[in-house]
Amino acid sequence: MSQLSQSLGHLLGRGTQKPGPEDISSEAKEVHTAQRNDKTRIENIHIELAHKAQSKLPEKLRRKRWAVLIFVNLLFLVSYILDIQMLEGALTASRFVGFHMADLNSALQVMLAFKHVVINLLIGTVTIFIMWWLLGGRTFCSWVCPYHLLAEWAEILHLKLVEKKIVKDHPFDRRVRTWFWVIFAVLALVTGYTVFETISPTGILSRALIYGPGLALIWVALLLLFEIFYSRRAWCRYACPIGLTYGLVGATSRSRCNTAWKAVTTRGNAARSVWCRMYWIPSSSGAPGG
Amino acid sequence: MSPRSRRIFLRTIMLGAGLVGASLLGFIPVIQQWVTRLRPPGALLEQKFLASCIKCGQCVQVCPVEAIKLADLDEGFGVGSPYIDARAQACDFSCDGLQCVLACPTGALTHEINYSHETDMGIAKVVRPESCLAVLGQGFKGQARGAEFTGKLRYDKVDRWNPIPVRDHPYDLELCDLCVRQCPIEIRFAQCEAGKPPSGDKNQCPPQHAIRLEAIENSNGVKRMRPVILEGCVGCGVCEMICPVEPTVIVMDSSESRGMSV
Repeated sequence: MSQLSQSLGHLLGRGTQKPGPEDISSEAKEVHTAQRNDKTRIENIHIELAHKAQSKLPEKLRRKRWAVLIFVNLLFLVSYILDIQMLEGALTASRFVGFHMADLNSALQVMLAFKHVVINLLIGTVTIFIMWWLLGGRTFCSWVCPYHLLAEWAEILHLKLVEKKIVKDHPFDRRVRTWFWVIFAVLALVTGYTVFETISPTGILSRALIYGPGLALIWVALLLLFEIFYSRRAWCRYACPIGLTYGLVGATSRSRCNTAWKAVTTRGNAARSVWCRMYWIPSSSGAPGG
Repeated sequence: MSPRSRRIFLRTIMLGAGLVGASLLGFIPVIQQWVTRLRPPGALLEQKFLASCIKCGQCVQVCPVEAIKLADLDEGFGVGSPYIDARAQACDFSCDGLQCVLACPTGALTHEINYSHETDMGIAKVVRPESCLAVLGQGFKGQARGAEFTGKLRYDKVDRWNPIPVRDHPYDLELCDLCVRQCPIEIRFAQCEAGKPPSGDKNQCPPQHAIRLEAIENSNGVKRMRPVILEGCVGCGVCEMICPVEPTVIVMDSSESRGMSV
């Protein structure tokens, strides 16, 4: 339960706390001491780190994740072009070999704006809810969302520029994402329009890929420029209600990348556990998203 | 509050205002009605339609004549919503079952209709009668929209199942009646009168005519024909697409009608 509240707190922007000495069980402390004294282990870690620093390619899992992300998005396109009815629609709502799927946040916007839910939308929403609940974390973000991929590339660029002291990261208060989620829900309810959909880079990119590019890509480009030159990973971190929606689903999931703080053995692992909520599968390099 | 956290706080307020403001800009094209679009069959009234459409384009994917396009960001809240540019490619109902309606996951295209004559996309308007070939007493010979035109129609006599490019189906008419001749409602009407509704299903039969040529007499006593839009018109846009005159004599008006209510 404490892990759930921790997850929720993190998602809603409360920030994360490092576990204090009192949070670490005595068994874990023993493990820590043993590990700290294990010379070969530390040596191996240094070798691994040195190897990673040399390698130019992003590490393996990240490449796999990118491959899956690109594959899923291309499947929409290929399905449409070849008319094979594999994955019809776009990321906002689709049909996978006939089964309805609806993006939870898009569906929420429609439900609030329209105030009426047809059965197909309900089926699609429940299907997607169960699917991402089983997978856990914000798997949608990291393994499917096309904006996530572009934002990761923008982030790599941003970090390079930061390193060269050309730009500086300007952090925002992370609680603002929770506010956005509430504001966009209220706006849909009050105005009767799917307001967030207008600026959703996920929807815009998915449609642009499948149905052809348009003016809407300018908005996406502006977001990316903002992230490269002003604030690291700003959209995912401080704005995206889709991420928060999936995060809330994933927070209750049984699938986790690390089980408990007491299992955390090194500082590195502790850092991972914070952002593997987004990537689901823990990995040792790459950057935290939201 | 430390200067740093005050800076972050102010910056965050700016971000919040900026983003919410940007998203609300989408209101302007909608409120101002910068464009009134012809929506696919079964579309709810505009406000309800934009509220319920999840902007996925599944209707785009199933249309055999590729009549449906998705709106861009200049249409504000309408971004990603489907529309039909009738002059470029009208809906000729050649899918035979309102496939876009069936594909719609949210009911933005209401599932309560089953037949072409039950749709209500808008209504045709004869806006330039003075340049109408029938009114001028002229015939029409050749490709209705020229050799460059890529629009398609299904011609039952050529291919019962597949639409073909209009340019591959030239006409030779003594008096131009293309708008009446190609009207999907009129075609269905004729099939039913001949006792041959599709699949023998009488429900397919429209209750009312949509368009016909009526005799008129102009000021100097010459008798001519002119197209008249009737009650049965559903606003599919085929007459607008097929009209060989440039600019077209008939256009779709989606501002009224759309009686579909949920």
